[in-house]
Amino acid sequence: MSLDNKQVKEIAYLARLSIEDTELEQSTSELNNILSLMADLSEIDTGDAEPMAHPLHMSQRLREDEVTEENLAEEFQAIAPKTGKSHFLVPTVIE
Amino acid sequence: MIMHNLSIAELIKGLKNKDFSSVELTQHYLKRINESKLNAFISVTDDLALSQANEADLKIAKGDSTLLTGIPYAHKDIFCTKGVKTSAGSKMLDSFISPYDATLSHKFNLENMVMLGKTNMDEFAMGSSNENSYYGPVKNPWDLKKVPGGSSGGSAAAVASRITPFATGTDTGGSIRQPASLCGITGIKPTYGRISRYGMIAYASSLDQAGPMTQTAEDAAIVLNAMAGFDTKDSTSATKETPDYTKKLTNSLDGLKIGLPKEFFSSGLDDGVEKVVMQAIKEYEAMGAKIQEVSLPNSMHAIPTYYIVAPCECSSNLSRFDGVRYGYRCEDPKDLDDLYLRSRSEGFGKEVKRRIMIGAYALSAGYYDAYYLKAQKVRQLISEDFKKAFQSVDVIMGPVSPSTAFDLGSVKDPVSMYLADIYTLSVNLAGLPGMSIPAGFSKNLPVGLQLIGNHWSEELLLNTAHQFQLKTDWHKSTPIEL
Amino acid sequence: MTWETVIGLEIHSQLKTKSKIFSGASTEFGAKANTQACAVDLGFPGVLPVLNKEAVRMALRFGLAVNATINKHSIFARKNYFYPDLPKGYQISQFEIPIVGSGTIDIPLDNGENKKVGITRAHLEEDAGKSIHDLYDDYTAIDLNRAGTPLLEIVSDPDMSNAKEAVAYAKKIHALVQYIDICDGSMQEGSFRCDANVSVRRKGEGLGTRAEIKNINSFKFLEKAINLEVERQIDILEDGGSVAQETRLYDSIKNETRSMRSKEEANDYRYFPDPDLLPVVIDDELLKDIKNRLPELPTEKKARFIDTLGLSEYDAENLTSQKAMADYFEIIIDKGADVKVSANWVMGELSASLNKNQIDIKDSPISASELYKLISRITDNTISGKIAKDVFRIMWNEKRSVDEIIKDQGLEQMTDIGALESVIDEIISKNLDQVEQFKNGNTKLLGFFVGQVMKATQGKANPKQVNQILNDRLS
Repeated sequence: MSLDNKQVKEIAYLARLSIEDTELEQSTSELNNILSLMADLSEIDTGDAEPMAHPLHMSQRLREDEVTEENLAEEFQAIAPKTGKSHFLVPTVIE
Repeated sequence: MIMHNLSIAELIKGLKNKDFSSVELTQHYLKRINESKLNAFISVTDDLALSQANEADLKIAKGDSTLLTGIPYAHKDIFCTKGVKTSAGSKMLDSFISPYDATLSHKFNLENMVMLGKTNMDEFAMGSSNENSYYGPVKNPWDLKKVPGGSSGGSAAAVASRITPFATGTDTGGSIRQPASLCGITGIKPTYGRISRYGMIAYASSLDQAGPMTQTAEDAAIVLNAMAGFDTKDSTSATKETPDYTKKLTNSLDGLKIGLPKEFFSSGLDDGVEKVVMQAIKEYEAMGAKIQEVSLPNSMHAIPTYYIVAPCECSSNLSRFDGVRYGYRCEDPKDLDDLYLRSRSEGFGKEVKRRIMIGAYALSAGYYDAYYLKAQKVRQLISEDFKKAFQSVDVIMGPVSPSTAFDLGSVKDPVSMYLADIYTLSVNLAGLPGMSIPAGFSKNLPVGLQLIGNHWSEELLLNTAHQFQLKTDWHKSTPIEL
Repeated sequence: MTWETVIGLEIHSQLKTKSKIFSGASTEFGAKANTQACAVDLGFPGVLPVLNKEAVRMALRFGLAVNATINKHSIFARKNYFYPDLPKGYQISQFEIPIVGSGTIDIPLDNGENKKVGITRAHLEEDAGKSIHDLYDDYTAIDLNRAGTPLLEIVSDPDMSNAKEAVAYAKKIHALVQYIDICDGSMQEGSFRCDANVSVRRKGEGLGTRAEIKNINSFKFLEKAINLEVERQIDILEDGGSVAQETRLYDSIKNETRSMRSKEEANDYRYFPDPDLLPVVIDDELLKDIKNRLPELPTEKKARFIDTLGLSEYDAENLTSQKAMADYFEIIIDKGADVKVSANWVMGELSASLNKNQIDIKDSPISASELYKLISRITDNTISGKIAKDVFRIMWNEKRSVDEIIKDQGLEQMTDIGALESVIDEIISKNLDQVEQFKNGNTKLLGFFVGQVMKATQGKANPKQVNQILNDRLS
């Protein structure tokens, strides 16, 4: 499986990254080089191996339903790039 | 007495005997940091350190101290520290003053330890040379033209050059062990789930694990005692009880079964490195250990497996950096897409973007089964190999890195860089504890020996490492000019 | 050409936990923007999720209530997409293995029969924050208080074949989540939200392309939106066009659905298991415990109303259709009021007034115990049924107590036989012609006399007593 420039642009957008046209060629070839590393994965016989998502065989711990957090809105918003009275602001979104 | 050559065990004694105060110790290290030319630190927190040292001295005077009260340390800049810049080596977080403490930072604060500063690292822990830092590369103290390894390169260089008694590190695919090896220090990555990940900026959540980087195995045991333990804030934190890691350091190694994976000694391994590793093995044999060959046939698939799993997780983990709530935001975004695209493209470095893209691709519709799911299955096979091996041996040993530290700027191709991670990745994929200890030199550059144990066998690993350090002096060697 | 409509609903039900699904921040509605969004909800670097036990229990309660398969191992996954009110750039949800598998629920049809509707699955997930577009001129404002509120997404099979059935199903689910006390059901505040998947096909053909309609915040709008969409799709197909698979937004002001193209562009959510969360394992003990604590379900309550209270199927269905109404009715019954009279009042006068004023029964100006008093004043002959309706209206408007109104307005029935007799005697003496006719066999005139007495007593005379005395005097 090998990527072309168009696919690379699409993947970049999916990840909200922009690639200048001037770097596109190089990005595509770098990504294809990396993907060539993965090529032999398909040849490995994994039989009925269970996909392993976690290194440990544990189950999810459950938290008691209690309010433990205090209001730190001011501290949090002090480090935000752009805020209104008490909102985070982004350029107008058209729905 | 040269204060900075003392181990933590010795510093604890010195503080207790009033040979020096925490403030004196802190001033000494701060001076060394400020004179250092290694670029090992992103932030030096002088004022905070001195006030913490002051407080520690008061506590000690009152008899209200714990073992590590007053001991200075350097914190990898991936751990959130309240009120202190936490950058993860990225322009994205250059302005980020964390509003909260990581569990690990909190634990250290409770012990009144002294944070000297935050160490340099590959951006978001992605890299094996520390050249991917927004703050510039760290230099290897043994040869300033060489890389220190990565991603915990700043921590490794700082400990090796004795500008901090110890440093924290994180290890997703070798980021504690490889720089420890390249800088000639001791580093341990415990079993996945042993140390809380809360507040440790995530690269690949199912692989990331913190650990201490120290001069000696004994120090590593002392610090691990302070780092390890269950945390209610981390769902992947183990409830398993934490032993006192210093208790079994002195156990004899007579009869210890050491396995050497034949796959770790094949082509690609530098001769000089192999020679040092084999000499170390001989040392163990002399201590009564039994050496045998084992096979980890799937460990050779660790590179493609890791470079699918880790990028998939990171592509999602790093989506939160969007210029909305904190961190870098581009100038005058004209619309929402512009805000996202420019903030992320300008805020992230090349390697980070590369991995995000690989991950986004491997998870995307039509490719998930071939990449992500397949890698998860191979991950299972890799893990089973270890399970099998640990039925016949206690500890697995081998090289950490195929070569010693390489020249800064010499490896330009990402794939070549990835290939150098071959001996460390499978340990993370299986969630096992792994260690690197100084084992000698090749062409005047340090070589580390890797120790791999079964799940939760940190005590045995530290014991095995400590016994070696009782017989050898490699861990005491320091870079000449320092 | 005959068209068939196929409808499936996705219902997002906010669970009434005190804290968020993955953090300890409060879920209370209406707080100042961003004051209930903690580091975890804001997706700060390094934070981690820990699952709320109560959210799991609530999901299981729902699963048991619809006789669904419970998945003993369920997995949280990440749904990746960028949106400013989605702080982490992914939503934690369940994808391949939801906690609740397939189940069923019965819905009442207009013809009095029941229809079984399949529930495909119900999964736990976190809610997103809110984007507010009209607060600032050049900016969209983000409030993350809602981010991380637990949701149970209930997905139905495409079993509904018209808008009415879809509404009946939605109402059933709406009632159920309140019965089992996992959701407050407020559509206004957005704690109960419906999305409808609608497609049409020619009779006998395979499934058509569906459109998903979002932003429906009342049952009335659900019906309207579906009917509009069905019409739109039929028009397209009859003109030879094809329906696009897309998300459409219902606009209740313009009464139209329109394409949400901005959200449609090549969404590839890249679901994968969330590595920060481990498999959720449900053991038999927990399940048993939840089963034991399950309250009486609507179907059980309905059966009891029929069997032990002697109500008709129709009345029982009606009274149990909303938990609040059933509760209201039961308070009255438990105090000892007549069952049939009470049922008539709750379903009649009370429901009509609530509907007319669009008031939820929970906010009824007349409490159940006040209505009980009114009903008992009828059965103890203090007032007549007719007067009771007047009293009810005064209670509704002035929120005064029954007895106070009856006393102030002097509405008690006349209990003094002597007084009633003299009123009747006076009427007889003033209408001698009619008395004559009555005695000659025109017995229909009895009604005339009763009317006169009622008029003279302003309705307060007891009709039974009036009849008795009149018959006495006129014979």
